[in-house]
Amino acid sequence: MRLCRSGFHQGRWLAALLAIALAFAVAPLRAASLEEALAHFATDDYGEIEEGITAVAGSGDPRAASIIEALQDGRLLYSAERKKVYYRDGSGTLFDAVIDAAITGGEPADIDTVGINNRLRRAIDAALGGLTLMSPDRAKRYDAAQAVFKSHEANVLPAIEAAIGKETDAGIKRTLNEARAAIILNSEDASEADKLAAVAVIRARGDQDSVALLQGLPADTPEDVVAAAKRAVAAMGSELALWDLAQNAWYGLSLGSVLLLAAIGLAITFGVMGVINMAHGEMVMIGAYVTFVIQELARTTYAAAPRMLEYSLVIAVPAAFVIAGLVGVLIERGIIRFLYGRPLETLLATWGLSLILQQGVRTSFGPTNREVSAPSWMSGAFDVGHLNITYNRLWIICFTLALFLALLGVLRFTRLGLEMRAVTQNRAMAAAMGIRTGRIDALTFGLGSGIAGIAGVALSQIDNVSPNLGQGYIIDSFMVVVFGGVGNLWGTFLGAMTLGIANKFLEPMAGAVLGKIAILVLIILFIQKRPRGLFALKGRAVEA
Amino acid sequence: MTALLARGLLPALARKRARAGTGVAAFVVVILGLAVAVPALNLAVPPESPFHVPTYLVSLWGKYACYAMLALSIDLIWGYCGILSLGHGAFFALGGYAMGMYLMRQIGTRGVYANPILPDFMVFLNWDHLPFYWWGFNSFAYAAVMVLLVPGLLAFVFGWFAFRSRVTGVYLSIITQALTFALMLSFFRNNFGFGGNNGLTDFKDVLGFNVQAAGTRDALFGITCLVLAAALTMCHAIVTSKFGKVLVAIRDAEARARFLGYKVESYKLVVFTLSACIAGVAGALYVPQVGIINPSEFAPANSIEEVIWVAVGGRGTLTGAILGAVVVNYGKTYFTSGALAPYWLFVLGGLFVGVTLLLPRGIVGTVRHLLENRRKPEMPDPDPRPAGAPAPAE
Repeated sequence: MRLCRSGFHQGRWLAALLAIALAFAVAPLRAASLEEALAHFATDDYGEIEEGITAVAGSGDPRAASIIEALQDGRLLYSAERKKVYYRDGSGTLFDAVIDAAITGGEPADIDTVGINNRLRRAIDAALGGLTLMSPDRAKRYDAAQAVFKSHEANVLPAIEAAIGKETDAGIKRTLNEARAAIILNSEDASEADKLAAVAVIRARGDQDSVALLQGLPADTPEDVVAAAKRAVAAMGSELALWDLAQNAWYGLSLGSVLLLAAIGLAITFGVMGVINMAHGEMVMIGAYVTFVIQELARTTYAAAPRMLEYSLVIAVPAAFVIAGLVGVLIERGIIRFLYGRPLETLLATWGLSLILQQGVRTSFGPTNREVSAPSWMSGAFDVGHLNITYNRLWIICFTLALFLALLGVLRFTRLGLEMRAVTQNRAMAAAMGIRTGRIDALTFGLGSGIAGIAGVALSQIDNVSPNLGQGYIIDSFMVVVFGGVGNLWGTFLGAMTLGIANKFLEPMAGAVLGKIAILVLIILFIQKRPRGLFALKGRAVEA
Repeated sequence: MTALLARGLLPALARKRARAGTGVAAFVVVILGLAVAVPALNLAVPPESPFHVPTYLVSLWGKYACYAMLALSIDLIWGYCGILSLGHGAFFALGGYAMGMYLMRQIGTRGVYANPILPDFMVFLNWDHLPFYWWGFNSFAYAAVMVLLVPGLLAFVFGWFAFRSRVTGVYLSIITQALTFALMLSFFRNNFGFGGNNGLTDFKDVLGFNVQAAGTRDALFGITCLVLAAALTMCHAIVTSKFGKVLVAIRDAEARARFLGYKVESYKLVVFTLSACIAGVAGALYVPQVGIINPSEFAPANSIEEVIWVAVGGRGTLTGAILGAVVVNYGKTYFTSGALAPYWLFVLGGLFVGVTLLLPRGIVGTVRHLLENRRKPEMPDPDPRPAGAPAPAE
C-alpha cells in the first residue's frame, strides 16, 4: 500500500524542523562546495549557469533547493565586479547567498539578475525534482520520485542513483528504481542489458503510465528491447483491464452507497408506510444545512477550540437526525395523516411542501452554495494496487453500511420497530392490540425523515449544499426504492448497489448522460416486467 | 349496491351529467367569444383606447389557452381514468418540438449562417447534412401529422407496455416521471440534433406569415381558442359516452371492471394515447406564440405543476382543468413579474398542500357540489367521496 496523503501538515512541520537542524549540523562541511557551486552563477553565460545548477543540486546542501527556486523566480542576483552571488527573499531584502546573511551596506552597483532561458528552465525543474528526492518528508520523496518517473529527464539520473543508495523505505525505493528505469529506457547510452532490466522493472509497476512509457520508447531503441516492451505492454494491458474493472466496481459501490444513503429514508416512508414523500429530498437538504450551521457555530463561537471544527460532522449526525425527524413528525401530523389511502394526493401535497421548504431555505440562507469543509480525517486518498481510494468515499460507504444495519436493527429488535411492522402489516389488528397507530405513524415518518437528514450530513461532503440539493436525489431515490421492491430494505440495498454499479459501468461506454438515460430506460422496462420491483411483497398486503 | 344505485346514484349521476353539460356549453361559448373578441380588441380598437388589448397580452392569453388544453388532456386521464401521469409535459414538449422543427426549416437563408437547409445550430456544430428525422419538416402538413403522431406513438408504446403489465397508481406516476426525465437529458445533448440547451428559437414565419406580427398573433390566439373549444367538446363527448362510463368504472374499481369483462388495458391505452395527442397539439400551438421550445419543458417539475392546475380547478370536471390552468398561470405571471417573485414558490407550494387538504374537489367541483346540496337538501349525498375522486388507492 503506497501512501500519499496530501495536506499532512504535521509531516511538513517536521520536515522544516529537520531541515533547520541539518543546516546547522552540516553547514561547515558543505559550505565550501556550495560556495564553489555558487561561483558559477556570477556570469551571464547560460552554459556556465547550467553547470552551476548541476553543481548546486549535487552539493547536497540543504539550501540548494531554495537557491535553485530563487533562480527559477528571478530572485537570484550576481555582481560580476565582486564575483559574488546574492538572493532576495519574498520581502525584497538582499542576502549574500554563500554565508546566508543579509547585506547591511549598500547594494553593489552592477547587481544583475542571473538570467535563465528555456533550456535552463528544464534543467531547473529536473534539479528541483532531484533535490526533493532527498527530502526528509516521506510523501515529498514519493511525489518527487513519481515526478521523475513521468518526466524521465536524463540529468536527474545521478540524483536518483544517490537517492536509491540512501533510501530506507522499501516502497519509495521501488518507485525510485522505477524512475531510474524510466530514465534508462529513454537514454541513448544505456546498454541493451540495462534496458531489458528496466523493461522488467516497468512491467512490474504495471499501471497506465507504464504502458504509455513503454509505448513511447525512443526510435533508436534496440529491437530486443522493443520486443520485450511489446510483450510487457500486452501483459499489462489485460492486467490493467482487470484493475479498471475493479476501479469501476469501486466507483459503482461508492455511487451505490450514495444512492442508498439518499433512498434509505424513503425506503421507510414509501417502502414501509406507503407514503409518497416528494419532500424526501428536502429532508436530505435540511440535514446538509444543519451540518453547515453546526460547522459555522464551531467556526465562530468555538473558534478557540479548533478540534470542534474537526468533529463538527460527528455532532451534526444526531443534530440532523433530530431536526429532520421533528420536521418529519410535523409533516405527518399536519398533512399526511389526512391523506392516508390517497397516495396520488399525498404525492401532490408533499411536492408542494418540498417547494415551500426549498424556498424557505433559499430565503433564509440565500440561493448560493454554502461551504461545508471536510475534516482532515476525510480528505486525501491512498492506493491499493492500482486502485485509487479517497477517504471521503470510503467513509461514506462505511457510514452508509452502518446506517443501514442500524436501521435493520431498529426495525427488527426494538419495540418501536415491532410496532411499526405491526401497524404496516395490519393496522386494525395493531390498534386492537393497544398500539396507538397515530403515534406510530408519526414516529415512523419521523424516523424516515431523520435518516434522510443523516444522509444530508454525509452528502454535504460530496455535493453542493444548496436549496436544490434534494431535487437532485428525489428521482434517483424513487428509482432505487421502486427497483428494489417496496417494503423491503434489502431490496433497497440491492437496488442501490445494482444501479450504482450499472451506472458506473455504462458511463465509460456511453458517457455520463447517455449512461443515465440508459439506466432510466432499463428501469422503465424492468418495471413493466416486474411491476413490484426486485423483491415484491407477496400475498394480500400487496393489494392493501 | 344495487339498492344504492336505484335510490340515489343513478339520478344523481344524471343530474350531474346535465349540469356538467350546461357548464361545458357555457365554457365553449366563452372560449369562442374570446377567440373573436380578443383579436378584435387588439386590431380594431386604437391603442389609446382603454379597451385596446396589447399584442403581448394576446400572446400571453394564447399561452394560457395552450396550458388549458394541456390541463384538459391531463384531466381526461387523471380525472376520468385515474391515471396520474407525471410526465405529460413530455408529450406537450414533443408536439412543441415537432412544430418548432417546421418553424426552424421556414427560417431558410435568414439564419445567422444563411444556410438554406441546415438550421443555425447544425451549422455551428459542423453538421454537413440534415439528419433523417428532420426530413419533411419543411412541409406544414407533415409537421402537423408529426405533432399528433410523435406524442401519440410514444404514449401508445409506453402505455402498451405499462398497462399490459398492470403498472398502476404511484408506480405509473414514477415511471412517467422517469420517462420525461430521460427525454429531458436526451434533448439537452447537442448531438441529439434538437439544438441542445438552447432548443429551437428565432422563428420567422409560420405558413408565410411573420410570427412576430400582431395579425399572426391574433390569428394564432383565435386558432388556439377554437382548438381548445373543440378539444373540450370532444372530451365532454367522450366522458359522457358509454366509453367514458367505462373509464370512470376503471378509475373507481379497476379490478371489478376487469372482472365484468372490460378490457381495461385497451380502454386505458386509447384514452392515454388520445390525451397525449391533445397535449401534443397544445405544445404545437404554444411554440409559435412563445417563440421558443427548449429541453426545460421536459423537466419533471413542470409536469407535476401541470397536475396541480387540474387539482385546483377540480379534477374530473374538464371545465375545472381549463379554469385551473388559467387561474394558476395568471397567479404565476402576477407573482413572478413583480417584487413578489421570491414568494411565488410559497404560493405554489401552498396551493399543492391547501388544495389537496382543504379543497379536494377543486374550484369547479366544489361549486357543483354546493349547488347540488342546495337543490336537494333533503337527500344526503350518496357518494361521500369528492366528485371525481378516486376510490382508495389500489
